[in-house]
Order: sequence, then structure tokens, then C-alpha cells
Amino acid sequence: MSKKEPIYILNNVSKIFQDKNSRTVAVDDVSFEINKGEIFGIIGMSGAGKSTLVRTLNRLEEVSEGQVIFDGKELGKLNNKELRSTRKEIAMIFQGFNLLLQKNVLANVVLPLKLAGIPKKEREEKGLEMLKVVGLEEKAKVYPAQLSGGQKQRVAIARALAMNPKVLLCDEATSALDPKMTEEVLKLLQEINETLDLTVIIITHEMSVIEKICDRVAIIDHGKLAEIGDVKEIFSSPKSSAAKHLVLPALTGENPFDMTDKKCYRLVFDGRSATEPVIANLVKETGKYVNILSANTRSVGGVGYGQMIVEFPEDIKDQRVVLEYFNKIGMNPMEVSKAVK
Amino acid sequence: MQNTFQLILQGTFETLEMTLISTVLAYLFGLPYGILLKVTGKGEILENKVVHGILATIANIVRPIPFMILLVFLIPFTRLIVGTSLGTEASIVPLTVGSIPMVARMVEQSLNEIPEGIVEAAKSMGASPWEIIVHFLIPEALPSLVSGSLINMITILGYSAMAGYIGGGGLGAIALNYGYYRYKSNILLITIVVLIVIVQIFQESGTKLSKKIKHS
Ligand SMILES: Nc1ncnc2c1ncn2[C@@H]1O[C@H](COP(=O)(O)OP(=O)(O)O)[C@@H](O)[C@H]1O
Ligand SMILES: [Mg+2]
Repeated sequence: MSKKEPIYILNNVSKIFQDKNSRTVAVDDVSFEINKGEIFGIIGMSGAGKSTLVRTLNRLEEVSEGQVIFDGKELGKLNNKELRSTRKEIAMIFQGFNLLLQKNVLANVVLPLKLAGIPKKEREEKGLEMLKVVGLEEKAKVYPAQLSGGQKQRVAIARALAMNPKVLLCDEATSALDPKMTEEVLKLLQEINETLDLTVIIITHEMSVIEKICDRVAIIDHGKLAEIGDVKEIFSSPKSSAAKHLVLPALTGENPFDMTDKKCYRLVFDGRSATEPVIANLVKETGKYVNILSANTRSVGGVGYGQMIVEFPEDIKDQRVVLEYFNKIGMNPMEVSKAVK
Repeated sequence: MQNTFQLILQGTFETLEMTLISTVLAYLFGLPYGILLKVTGKGEILENKVVHGILATIANIVRPIPFMILLVFLIPFTRLIVGTSLGTEASIVPLTVGSIPMVARMVEQSLNEIPEGIVEAAKSMGASPWEIIVHFLIPEALPSLVSGSLINMITILGYSAMAGYIGGGGLGAIALNYGYYRYKSNILLITIVVLIVIVQIFQESGTKLSKKIKHS
């Protein structure tokens, strides 16, 4: 991963669903690049166009306009046969797992190899090897119905890896899973990204998924690319309103500080200040204190990030003292009293 | 008594022969027919309005025709193929032809039960339409195809009894000849019992077999 080489280049990609009485612009003039070896996230609200966008990446969906270039090849220009062989380099996993229920785990995993005409013995060896990667070798002869959601998704991952793909597309791969299984699957994705140097593209509507494993993220809003960048940057200073909406869920919906008329500020911890006992120091230095309404700090790429919504004192003079203190230590608090929404 | 026994045995044998052979033949044509019906449909892997339209129309025309009428209507065609319109072999022709659309629709139905995601996954693996049919659709639909085929077989058994009316063999002909024309109601009763037993066996084995091969 020394130099950044794109595996995907999207140029002005649009997808319009048109029928007799409706027209939906699901993807609207989107351009960006995805680099080889990275874990790239695509996030957006439900209906934003994420699934449509990811389906253009293996041409399950034809673009209406623009180009999708995968590994130097424009997908739209491939004939059926070329497309099929290219798709073997682009694996995909789904929210609903899409395993064959009438075939056992091993038979599911070796299916892509069967399609590739690999002899039975060889493909079963490879299949078992893939099951080992996802930690399910002992389930080889079990049928998918007997597995948990997390296990099913791991089988789907083993199946996806069987062809040694260059990319793994994950469309809401953890959305049907409980937090523990989500964790388990994300960890696995991170592992295979590292050990197999596989580019992983993750579509989700949950910021926590992006935070946990993605290097870069694209935020899709109403079919448009709202923002793209390093996860750390977008998390600490979201610019678009779509990004703020996703990164700072506390700023929308029912929140404790909706109830108060006092001034509320958002403090962002950018890794440097997170470890410092900021609030304690405030009290120590100024004698004033703030009321913490909500706080979440998490580790993004090994660095502590987070945000805190605090309620300032009622007295205007006290407010100024507190604000000055935060500015002095470089926190630059942002007022959030309903204006941000 | 010995004669009655032989008569019923003979009839049962003929009925089973007609039913089994007709079912197999109906599937020989109806299975590909149903698969084509499915895959040429809107948004499917081999979408083709014209082919789908023709296949659907034929099925829709043949299906509602009462089997009795189809039987009579097909007499010239039957003669053309087997040389006669009488007897067990001859009734296999209308039984098969009349059942093909029914089988096709049943197969289409079974394939419709497969979640769309399976086809998505298949496509994303680079599978061709043929590979999707062979390696994904049919294996996934198998339990449903099996139970469907037993249901069709029972329907064809019912049709085969009707074939007795126009010179076909089997239990239907016996019921007609002895029970209706000669008022031997005990023979009529026996044929009914035998038919019920056969249907029960088909039904049970269909359910059992389908359950046995179904993994979800
Ligand atoms: N096949 C389709 N036909 C018509 N509209 C579609 C189709 N697929 C998706 N859409 C529409 O496109 C928009 C984006 O959908 P989707 O890509 O599934 O969003 P997301 O995955 O972000 O929830 C939605 O308004 C959806 O209704
Ligand atoms: Mg979606």
C-alpha cells in the first residue's frame, strides 16, 4: 500500500430508474476513486442510493450515464463473456447472505469454483481452506439453516473469497446481525483485508461500522456524493449536512438538550485532547462547570475521537469564561442549540 | 372372485402405467417449458417478451379446457401418433399433452419461490444464465419441484380415470364398464378404494420425499 493506485474509478455515474409513471434518480452524477487495498465505506440514509451505486460496481445495475472503471477496464464496454469473467474478480456479499439453503456449507463455498470448472477434489480442498479462514471448517457438512446469522455471513465471505477476488463488495453485510455478530464479521473483514491485501468496499447506513474498520468513506445523500475523505477527518470535522447527520446523531432527533433553553456546545475530541481530563481541568482552572448532556468517544484507527454535548452555565459571564477556557486549550466548541439542525 | 381380483389388478396396473408414463413425459416437456416460462419473464435472467408471451398464451389456452373435452379433441392427434385412439397406450398421448401446461405452471411456481437474492449472488459470481438454472435455480427448487410433481401425478391419475370413457384402459374403464353399464356396484366400490389407496401412497411418499431432501 505504498502508493495509491485506484482499483475503481467512477466518472459522473448516474442511474435513473424510469418507468411509465415514475422517475427516480437513484445515483446522481457521482465521481470518486477507490484505492487498491483500502477498506472503503459508502454510507447514507436508507434510500440514498447506496445499493444501486454498489451494484454498478459489478454491473448488476447498468449505469444510465457515466463510467465505472474497474482495474483499468470500463465495465460498460465489456461483452457478456468478459463481464462474467470480470465478475469473478469482484466478489459480493449481501445483507440476506444469499446462500443456497439446499446445499451444505462446503457445497456453497465451492460453488464459484465449480462454475470455474475446477475439479472436485481441488475445489473441496480450496473450500475447506476458505472455511478455515473464516473459522468454520467444522461446519463444512452442515446446512445453512442450522447456522447463526453471523456464521451464515462468514460462509458467504468464504464463498466470496474462494475465487481470490480483487475486491469484496459488502452491501449492508452486517445490517441483519446483532452487535456481537457484527463485530465478529467486521473483524473478519479487517483481517482478510490485511492478510489477503483485498480491497473491501462496505455499504452501510451505520456510522459505527464505518468508524470501526474503514480507511476512507463516501457519504451519499439523495443519490449525490455529499462528502468523501478519510474517516478520521470526516468524523472529527464533518462538513456536509449529510455527514453531520450521520456522524453526530446526537444533533438530530430527540435529544436531551432539546429540552433545555440553555446554551449547548459540541466539543470535538480529535485524538490529542481526548485523553486529557478536559472537564476536570475546566473546574480546576475556572471554578465553573458544564453539564454533560451526551458524550461518546471511540477509537478510530487507534486514535481517540469523540464528541461531547455540554450545557453551559446559565450566567452569561460564566458562559464567556467557560468558552474562553475551551478556546484557550484549542477545543473550539461549536454552539449546537437547535441551529445546527 | 378370482376374476374380479384379476380384473382389478389388471386395471390398477394399467392405471399406474398410464399415470407414471404420462407424468414422466409431461415433465420431459413441462420442466423445460416451466423453466423457460420463468427465465423469460420480466426482469428475469433471459427476459424475452415474445417467447414469454407465446409460452404463457399457450399454457393459458390449454389449461382451462376441461380434460374430458381435450381428450376428445385430441383423438385425431392421438391416432396420428400411436395409430389408434383406443387403449392404455393411446390415452398416454392426451394425458401428456393435457398435463404439460399444468406441469409448466407448477414448475414456474416452484422457481418463483426462490428468493431473488440467489440469482443476484449467482450473477455476481459470474454465472451464465445456463449455470444459474442448473447450479442455483433447480437445486434450490428441488424439494418444491418434487412435491409439485407428486401433486401433478395425482391429478394425472384422475385424468387417466376419465380416459376410460373414450376407450382408454385402467380402473376408470373398469368402473365405467362394470359399475355404470352393468350395475356391479361392488366392483365400482373396489375401484374407488384402490384409487384412494394409490392417491394416499402418492401423497404420502411425495410429502416424505420432499421433507427428506429439504434442508430448510
Ligand atoms: N429497480 C428499481 N426500480 C425503481 N426504483 C429503484 C430500483 N432500485 C432502487 N430504486 C430506487 O432508488 C432509490 C435508491 O435505492 P437504493 O439504492 O436501494 O438505496 P439504499 O441502498 O441507499 O437504501 C430508492 O428511491 C429506490 O426506491
Ligand atoms: Mg440498500
